[in-house]
This record gives sequence, C-alpha cells and structure tokens, in this order.
Amino acid sequence: MSGPSTYEPQSGITRWLDRRLPIIRLAHDSFVAYPTPRNLNYWWTFGAMLSLCLIVQIVTGIVLAMHYVPHINMAFASVQRLERDVPFGWLIQNIHAVGASMFFLAVYIHMFRGLYYGSYKAPRELLWILGCVIYLLMVATGFLGYTLPWGQMSFWGATVITNLLGALPLVGESIKNWLSGGFSIDQPTINRFFSLHYLLPFVIAGVVALHVWALHETGQNNPVGVEVKSKADTVPFTPHATIKDLFATTLFVILFAVFVFYMPDALGHADNFIPADPLKTPPEIVPEWYLLPFYAILRAFDFNIGPIDSKLAGVLAMFASIGVLFILPWLDTSRVRSMRYRPIARQFFVIFAVVCFVLGWCGGQNPGNILFKVAPFEATLNWIDGGQVTERSIQASSAGQWQEAADAAREEARAQGAAMTAVIRTGATTGTIRAVTGGSAQTRSVHGDTADLLEEHITEVKEEVGQAAPFFSIERSSPARFTVTNLSLLLTIYYFAFFLLILPILGLRERPERVPDTIAKPVTGEAQGAS
Amino acid sequence: MAEAAQSAHEGDTTRRDFIYIAGASVGAVGVAATIWPFIDQMNPAADTRAMSTTEVDLAAISEGQQIKVMWQGKPVFVRHRTPAEIASAQRDDFATLKDPQTDAERLVQENGEAGQPAWLILQASCTHLGCVPTFVEGSSFGGWFCPCHGSDYDTSGRIRRGPAPKNLHVAPYVFTGPTAIRIG
Repeated sequence: MSGPSTYEPQSGITRWLDRRLPIIRLAHDSFVAYPTPRNLNYWWTFGAMLSLCLIVQIVTGIVLAMHYVPHINMAFASVQRLERDVPFGWLIQNIHAVGASMFFLAVYIHMFRGLYYGSYKAPRELLWILGCVIYLLMVATGFLGYTLPWGQMSFWGATVITNLLGALPLVGESIKNWLSGGFSIDQPTINRFFSLHYLLPFVIAGVVALHVWALHETGQNNPVGVEVKSKADTVPFTPHATIKDLFATTLFVILFAVFVFYMPDALGHADNFIPADPLKTPPEIVPEWYLLPFYAILRAFDFNIGPIDSKLAGVLAMFASIGVLFILPWLDTSRVRSMRYRPIARQFFVIFAVVCFVLGWCGGQNPGNILFKVAPFEATLNWIDGGQVTERSIQASSAGQWQEAADAAREEARAQGAAMTAVIRTGATTGTIRAVTGGSAQTRSVHGDTADLLEEHITEVKEEVGQAAPFFSIERSSPARFTVTNLSLLLTIYYFAFFLLILPILGLRERPERVPDTIAKPVTGEAQGAS
Repeated sequence: MAEAAQSAHEGDTTRRDFIYIAGASVGAVGVAATIWPFIDQMNPAADTRAMSTTEVDLAAISEGQQIKVMWQGKPVFVRHRTPAEIASAQRDDFATLKDPQTDAERLVQENGEAGQPAWLILQASCTHLGCVPTFVEGSSFGGWFCPCHGSDYDTSGRIRRGPAPKNLHVAPYVFTGPTAIRIG
C-alpha cells in the first residue's frame, strides 16, 4: 500500500541515523506520507482517540500504582487516600476511572463503524481479528481494574464472574480456584488481579502495533467500500488525516473533561463506595455500563437446554457473543463491503444497533421485572369458618400408590359430609388427611402486581382470619407475562441471528444498489485539480 | 558407499530421525516442566489450604438463631432450626422440587452418619451466581432468599423458586461433641 519510501533525510544527523536505525523513515512513512483515502468521514477518527485513551490509561495507571496498595484491608483506603490526600490524586484517579468508560465508548463506535462499512472483509480479516483480540483484552483489563478499589461492586462482581467459570463441567471448580488462588475472592485474588491489570495494557499496546501494521499493509477501508485505485484517490496522512483526527479528538477530550471535572462518578456504581464485605451481598450486582449487554446475554436463559443447564447456557452464550465477532469475516457472504450500497442489510444493521442498546438496558434491570402482563396475579382463598375438624392418617401400600390412597381418603371424607379436606404427605407411603364438616364456607380473592406482592396479600388474609380457619385451600393464577429475561432472550436470539443467519443468507440474496457514476467512471482528473 | 547412502535415504528410521524425535521430546518435556510451576503457583497456597477447617461451638446458638461463620474464606450458615421449620422442611420432602432431596439427606454428616434435625449447616452462597442469601421471615417458603436474582429457598435450603439450579450446598461437617461441629 505505502509503496517505496519518500523520506529524504535533510540534515547530516538524520542521514547518519537513517543509515543505522531508520526510525524517522518509519514514522514518516507511517504517519506523514502514508496515503489515506480522500473520502474518509468522521467515523474514521476514532482510531486516533483510542490510541490517546490507551496512552492516558497507561500513564495515569502507572501513577496510581505508585499509591495503590493491593491488600484486602488497605486497598479501599488507599484509593480514598489517593482521592483525598495525594497531590492531584483526585484528578489522576478520576481520569483513569472515567478514561475506562471513554475508552469503551470510542471502541464501540469504532467497532460499529467497521461493521457498517464492512471493514472486516478481505483483505482486512486479520486486521479485524486483531481488533477483536484488543477488545477482548480491554474487557479483561477493565474487569480486573474494576476489582481493584475493593468496594462492594468490585468484590461481588469478581465473585459473580469467577463463579461463571465454575459453571463449566468437570474442570469448572478447579479453574475457579486456580483463578482466585483460594476458595473465594480474597488476598491472593486482589494481588494477582493487580499484577495482571498492570500487565495487560502493555499486551494491548503490542497488539495495537500489530493492528496498525496490518492496517498499513492493507490500507484503510473507506465509506464507499471500494478499494482506492490510484494515488489520486488518496491524500497524504499529514496534514489531512492528522488535522481531522486532531479536531475530532479535541471534541472527544472535551467530553472526557466534562465527565472528569463535573461528574466523575456518574458512570460508576454508588455501591462501590462501600468497602467490600464478603458477608453482605449488595441488593443488585451489575457490571460497569460497557459490559451490560453481555451481562444481559448471560442472564437471558432461565431454562435448561437439554443437558446444558441454564447457568452454563448463559456462560456459553456470553462467550460466544464475542467469539462470533472473530469469524465474522467468513460469515458475511456479501461481496459489497459498505452497507451504504446494501439497502436491506442496512435496516438489519440499524435493528442490530438498537438491540445492542436495549440489551445494555436489560443488563441493568432486575431480570425478574415484569414488562407486560395480561392481568394481575390472582389467588382465591377458600376456608370453612367454625366447622368440626377431624384428622385421620393415610397409609398407602407403596409409594407408587400414594396418589390413589390419598384420593380414596379424600373421597371417603367427602362421602362422610366433609366440606373441605387437606392431605399432607409426611413420608413416602404415609400422610394425614384433615377434614372439616359443618361451618360456613368462606371465600376471598386477592390480587397483586407481582407474585411476591400476591403472596404478601395471601399472608395478610391468613393472619386476618387466623385461628377461625383450620386450613385454607388456595388457587393461584399467574397471568401470561413478559419479563426482562424474556426480552433479553429475544434480543440475544437476534444478536446471534444477525451474525449466523442474516449476514450469510442476505449476502447471497440481496441486490446491492448501483455503484454511483462518481465511482464507476473515471473522474480522477478533476479530483486531482481540486486537491 | 552409494549403496549405503541409498539405504539410509530409503530406510524407515535412521539415527538422525531418532535424534530429531528424542530432541523434540526432551524439549517438549522441558517446556512443560518449565511452564507448570508458573501455572501451578496460581493454585491455592499451603496457608490458604491450611485454613480449610472451622470449629463451631453450637451451645451459644439458641433455637431460631443463625450464625454465619467463615470457612475457607466463604460464609457458612449454621442454623438452629425451630420445630416449626423442621416440620415444614420434612413436610415438603415430597413436594415438587427442582433439585429433589429429603431434609434428612441434607443433614447427613461428612462421615455419612445422620445429622440432627435442629442443626442445618449450609454454604451461604446462592447456587445461581454466588450471592449471600438472607434469611427473610417473609420469604415465600420461610427460608432463605437471594436478593440478587430472587432465588427462594425453603427451611431446608432447597431451591423452590427462581433462577438457581441447585439447592444451597450443604457444608461438609461432623459433630465433634454434643454441641460442637467441625466444618471441612
């Protein structure tokens, strides 16, 4: 892509250096003369912001490590000390914490850009996969870092995530203990998490170098998705891309600064300002906002799928949701890169983006929350007021015949004039039957918005009636309802269908739009004049 | 000479093949032996494993009371059940259960001997995602309730409603005296 180097050392010193270590030549070829498509839009400026984020996180992180103490009894206090006592600690700590969110904000936009404009297609498959590796490392680093302040959310987030691995069959428990260095999240865990949190950003930096290398080998994609054909389709990186990136990055930094200076804790969770307590679970455990969509996928399954129980299904789906990105280049069969020319794919893409946002919303909700229901939860309580209670034991000849024996006893009691009966099984073949004769039959209906509220109302009625009733017969009816978990499952299905069904099939069936004349016909002569 | 070279060329095994295979094998064993300490160092250390048992004096826990003790860094419920709780737990032995177990099975000690109905020793971690359930009187089954995702356990710690797949795990324990147990 870059072609032969155009760098010419101007001074004696640079000529001397160039013959021994052509580092200036490398920088010149990569960031000055490097040809960049002239039609790039602002969605192509996020790479620069991401580089900035990585540098900011590494620099602030190194400073934080000078004051942070990775100890279960001191970690929380050491972060508080950083915020309060260390000169400018408040600034550096906030930049690091907000920086994590800004990093993910930028990376998500960068990824959606790649998805929309088909930047993962040949010959950029490896470029895309390296990006996925960077993202995976970012998720790991973000999770490890969130554990370090040792607040309630840190501790319980780490507990929930390490328990996920415990869901794996056979080896799960061993892997869990291996990862946490004990039988629970404790001192060995915080120590190793700190070590790895310090290491991974440098691994990320290494993979970023490969990512940029691969990018400079294949050249950038562009909004029309048609490869640049000649030098006339490109402009040198400096000043064109440099200035554009600088402008966009400035806007990004302003947003960054707004968070750092005006609402540094807005993106975090209030519970993380409570020191970690292994004996007290916070009312809800949620990850940081940038992992919420995956958390929703994790919790989307509340039923077993054959031999896979619901917990393992959630874990597998969550890992698969990132894993599927790695094979995306071979799933999308369309030869047209940019969705600008794929009218149907574009609509599915918009739905996909909305699905990701709504999954994020679901991840932050209590999974049992009911979104719609056709009717309230209802129960009818029946009891006999002031009757004669008789009690008798039931003996079945075998456990298999229990039901018959119970039914027979019930029939018999009814034949003797019992108004209500209650059978209690006390053993495999034994039980008692209580029957009420006489008295007056009473009935009461209660209803509530949730199953728990309904149970509360039932308890209230029972307490109100008290000893007047020997026992109650309760008929509960639960309405058809749609919960956050059900919604998460639907969205999860779309998420996977988009990659595994829609893109492969649509690519073969869809009729792309006509390539515009400006691309199909040679107009480079005019363009050259314009530049 | 030419004959010898030809036989070496066509022969199935030569000294050189042997050296390649032997060299590669020694190399592979060496790499594995070098990597293993770096992997194994992350496993629970000797001091962590040494703290693997906890002694509890039951005399101080009155009926209807529950204490949380730490065992292997994890909380364990030691519950002194009331007759009503025991009755309710035993009554539900034949109810519809997600993870069927009788109350008596859940009281069995580590050495296989039957436990005492009054004492229920449970690992205080929800089998869904490891939160600590709370003992709520208003729980629909009179037992434990997990505040994270709403799993509801009965007075025997069996899962009755909610996302958890299993009953609360029984902590391995033995009675070391009439009013003392050892966990682990």
